[in-house]
Amino acid sequence: MLGLQILIDGFAISSLYALGATGFTLMFGVSGVLNLSHGSIMVAAAVAAWVIAGYLGGNPYLGALGGVGFGLIMAYATYFTVVRPIQRSKAIPKEETEIFVLTGTLLWGIMIQEAIAYFYTSNPKTVRPLVPGVFNFLGVRTPLNEVATAIICWAVIGLLWLLVNRTRSGKVLLAASINPRGVTLLGFELSSVYILVWTIYGILAGIAGVLLAMFLGVSSDGVGALTASAFSIVVLGGLGSVSGSLIAAYVVGYMETLTAYLISPAYRTIPVLLLLVLVVYIRPQGLLGRR
Amino acid sequence: MIGRLFSARLTWVALAILVIGATLPLYVTGYILGILTLAYYFGVFAMAWDLLFGFAGEVNFGPTFLVGLGAYTAGIINANWGWPMAACVLAGALMAVGGGVLLALPALKLKGPYFGLVTLVAVLLLQNFIVIFAGITGGEIGLTVPDVLFIDDAANYEFALGFMALSGAILFGLSRSPIGLILQASGQDAVETAALGFNVAKHKLAAFCVSAFFSGTAGALMIFYLGTASVGTVVDIAVGVQVIIAAVLGGRRTILGAAVGAIFLILAGEALRPLGELSTFVVSAVALAVILFFPNGFIGSLLRVGERS
Repeated sequence: MLGLQILIDGFAISSLYALGATGFTLMFGVSGVLNLSHGSIMVAAAVAAWVIAGYLGGNPYLGALGGVGFGLIMAYATYFTVVRPIQRSKAIPKEETEIFVLTGTLLWGIMIQEAIAYFYTSNPKTVRPLVPGVFNFLGVRTPLNEVATAIICWAVIGLLWLLVNRTRSGKVLLAASINPRGVTLLGFELSSVYILVWTIYGILAGIAGVLLAMFLGVSSDGVGALTASAFSIVVLGGLGSVSGSLIAAYVVGYMETLTAYLISPAYRTIPVLLLLVLVVYIRPQGLLGRR
Repeated sequence: MIGRLFSARLTWVALAILVIGATLPLYVTGYILGILTLAYYFGVFAMAWDLLFGFAGEVNFGPTFLVGLGAYTAGIINANWGWPMAACVLAGALMAVGGGVLLALPALKLKGPYFGLVTLVAVLLLQNFIVIFAGITGGEIGLTVPDVLFIDDAANYEFALGFMALSGAILFGLSRSPIGLILQASGQDAVETAALGFNVAKHKLAAFCVSAFFSGTAGALMIFYLGTASVGTVVDIAVGVQVIIAAVLGGRRTILGAAVGAIFLILAGEALRPLGELSTFVVSAVALAVILFFPNGFIGSLLRVGERS
């Protein structure tokens, strides 16, 4: 019974991790940006959903929609006020752009985190799930919300796959991740590709944030942990590789759930961290990364 | 030539500031001295970080891994076995150097974000272990150390100032020496540096050891000043982030700028205390603005102006 419980809980949490990390890795693949305000954007979207649902008498659908919209706004704000000015700055040497983007987005994330804590306190917030109720799955009491979370995550990832592989702008995106210069030579504007990738990123981070608030609850104190887990999943899977991140998300999700259930919740993150160090030493490009 | 003149002038400016700083206990309150004492230890963290980042080109997200190793080693030895303070500080520094070597091994193999992640994970692991082995380390509550550096505020202040000045002089001298030049070259283009016949691995390893030594010593001294070691003051990622912000704010690749940035950050945080929770927001916003508009930082921008004139 415990085995089945771990299987179900692990699946739901892993799907959420996968969704959260997909946008992060896609952005690195296409524009080389590691966005360290990732956790803050997720929590901002979740808190927006919580506020909107609160104002509108607790309609969870409108709240969720508003939260995702706010995630998108935050993603644009990050791009236009922090990332783009750094990338275009003449005073920053090209080889140091990366560290400046890292430091800049880190500071930006702290600002968002502090603003949330100031206006809405750092107490944990839970949004009412879209699908309430529980059902009995082979003797394991499973909240329907867990099932819904997993389904939504996979539906969104599926849509993303269609977008990237089946549409024209998606193919440009893919091409830009392989060879940005080639794409420019073919007459595509790189800046519009970047805006597209930030749009996708914002929507994905927004959905992940809102779902997280429905599943486990969010707090502005948990921002760093969220960014760190996305970062580790993405490195484990291979920077820039979306399918690698999906696999890594399941490895991380199940390892954490197993440790929490079988050993102690206090040790939850340790096996993953050790695995990460090991993988980075032995195979720095990650599971499916390309060099 | 002008550059040399300016750097000579810089030495005089630094000396003058130090002398003024040394006389501060005569006319400010013990409270301000206490804040500055912490800021000076913080300045050493930032300068040690700048040696790794600005010169060796290694993005270390976990300066607090080295600081925390030094601090906790010294604290645990002092609390459990009652060694004299100097021996504890030395042990802490050596432990931090060991940690530095441990970090240097992947740094020689990995690049950019990968190395950054390893350092981040190192901090998280250290933090987890401190919490798990709460019996020895005091866990989340913190570890109380029996010995303290000095009772008197002014003595603590002068000691911290002297320690920062000495560390700053050594690190600055090192960065301006041929070794610093080779480090800078290997940070920017390791292949070419190796082709010119310099041993990149050896120099980077040395940079890690030096940086770790100063971080660990500063960490150990800081807990003997505070009387306690806790995750929140010497290990937490937020502390590491502050160190990085301080170094970038003051001007990367200047060493002295890192100390200026650290003192500014601590003082600004203190001055904005009436704003309550918003103070961190304002400090981060100011730091972000400096990074966006003056990417060379305080001292870096000053040096630029000096070179041009």
